[in-house]
Amino acid sequence: MIIKENIALSENGFVFNPSTGDSFTLNNTGKEVLMMIKDGKNLSQIADLMLVRYDADRVTIERYLEDFLNDLSLNNLMEE
Amino acid sequence: MAKLIFERPTITRLTPGVPSKHGVGTAIAPMPLIEGIKVDDLMDKYGSPLSIFSERTIQKGMEDIKRAFSIRYPKVQMAWSYKTNYMDAICRIFHKEGSWAEVVSGFEYEKALRNGVRGENIIFNGPAKNAAELEKAVRNGSFIHIDHLDELYLLSDVCHRQNLEARVAVRVNMDIGIYPKWDRFGLNYENGEAWDVINRIMINPKMKLMGLHTHIGTYIMSTDAYRIAATKLADLACNIAQKFDHYISYIDMGGGFASKNTLRGAFLSGEDTTPSFDEYAEAITSAIINSQIKPDKLPTLILETGRALIDNAGFTTGSVIANKRLSDSRRATIVDVGVNLLFTSFWYDHKIHPVNSHSGLVEETTIYGPLCMNIDVIRPSLMFPALKSGDRFVITRTGAYNTTQWMQFITYRPNVILIDHNREVHVIRKGETLEDISHNEEIPEYLK
Ligand SMILES: Cc1ncc(COP(=O)(O)O)c(C=O)c1O
Repeated sequence: MIIKENIALSENGFVFNPSTGDSFTLNNTGKEVLMMIKDGKNLSQIADLMLVRYDADRVTIERYLEDFLNDLSLNNLMEE
Repeated sequence: MAKLIFERPTITRLTPGVPSKHGVGTAIAPMPLIEGIKVDDLMDKYGSPLSIFSERTIQKGMEDIKRAFSIRYPKVQMAWSYKTNYMDAICRIFHKEGSWAEVVSGFEYEKALRNGVRGENIIFNGPAKNAAELEKAVRNGSFIHIDHLDELYLLSDVCHRQNLEARVAVRVNMDIGIYPKWDRFGLNYENGEAWDVINRIMINPKMKLMGLHTHIGTYIMSTDAYRIAATKLADLACNIAQKFDHYISYIDMGGGFASKNTLRGAFLSGEDTTPSFDEYAEAITSAIINSQIKPDKLPTLILETGRALIDNAGFTTGSVIANKRLSDSRRATIVDVGVNLLFTSFWYDHKIHPVNSHSGLVEETTIYGPLCMNIDVIRPSLMFPALKSGDRFVITRTGAYNTTQWMQFITYRPNVILIDHNREVHVIRKGETLEDISHNEEIPEYLK
């Protein structure tokens, strides 16, 4: 689970992919998750951290994390 | 420390320079309260989905329309269009606010009587009244609006056989310069049919011509169409006065004022484009006042306004069942409100608000209902916050036509509640049970 190296992520949740010119916006949770991925955390570590912060159960969090990772891949932001 | 609300993580591609077809104003406010009451509390208690009506909003609409017309015209009478919403509690609120009843079937007629409306305050419209229904309405002194020539003969026959006198009006259709032309109901103005029937009524000793009626269509955005229609009815009234020295007691302009909902696919929001009651009132009343009708003979102006008075007062709340991705990677959200409850999603781009606050970011999604049917689409495409399973939302302006045209299809219909003028909550229609639905079915002996 590695994000492409040259992807730029700004403080306020903007993502820029210099190799394609695409830009994206993230909601707050999206931004947090992307930062943790950049930090090299894996899915279950991210879920652990989010469980502490958010009022939701593990199944819900993991389900939407998977979904989000899929979105990142579809948008060509992840290394194959 | 209290935990934060979990919003599912989202990423949305930005497309510079290409304005989205949803325009710029895509901020979607949460709607935690209806009439000051927490939507979450209502849904915890009465379930999801849930249909909610606000008496205060109904009262406010009635005040607004009565004010708009009565400052311009001396005699105005509202008649509640039953087909728009005939739940008894809703009808009774309108009657309490002074509305008569406007019905289009024997069933609606019976409902109006049961709601305590006096026979002489019921307007009986519609193309399919049978002899028994006509006789009952005549005996009750109701206004019978003649839709076609065959009905005139049937009514005449009923009156002669029973020796009764009917109070009648003629429903007139006409060219008012808009498309589609509603010429399927009533008798045509331009080809002389309406005038022909008026003449037959005037020489019929068993019929008294009380009024002229038109209903030019529904969700009519053009106030000019009303001006033309009122002018034509006023001309007919003058011709009747001239030829028969008879003065009709009312002109009934029907319904059709647009609500503030946005029609499906319209670029601009209904909130910005719908004429106000004042604009409709100006068009209609000036046409009648400026006609050749003598000031002391001005007929009562009857309005059968439906959707513009009840759409705003109705809310449909529900919950997200699931999120999905479609084959072309678009998002889809499945919710527990389907077209079985929200018939009007075929016509309107209904506004949907999450109950609770969200990050403010929205993504393009399709909203599907829970029915296992392809037609079950609440919004084909809208910008919507990232709701997750179990999150709740409010669909606004659902008060017109939904609790009459809804279907018992695939699943039960839910509770309908009313928040009254004191903000007390009442169930006005209980959620259905298997017993309710199977009640009228019978199983042949050999299948038992
Ligand atoms: C005769 C008549 N009156 C009134 C109405 C109410 O119309 P609206 O809801 O458009 O005001 C209708 C609806 O079709 C109607 O047929």
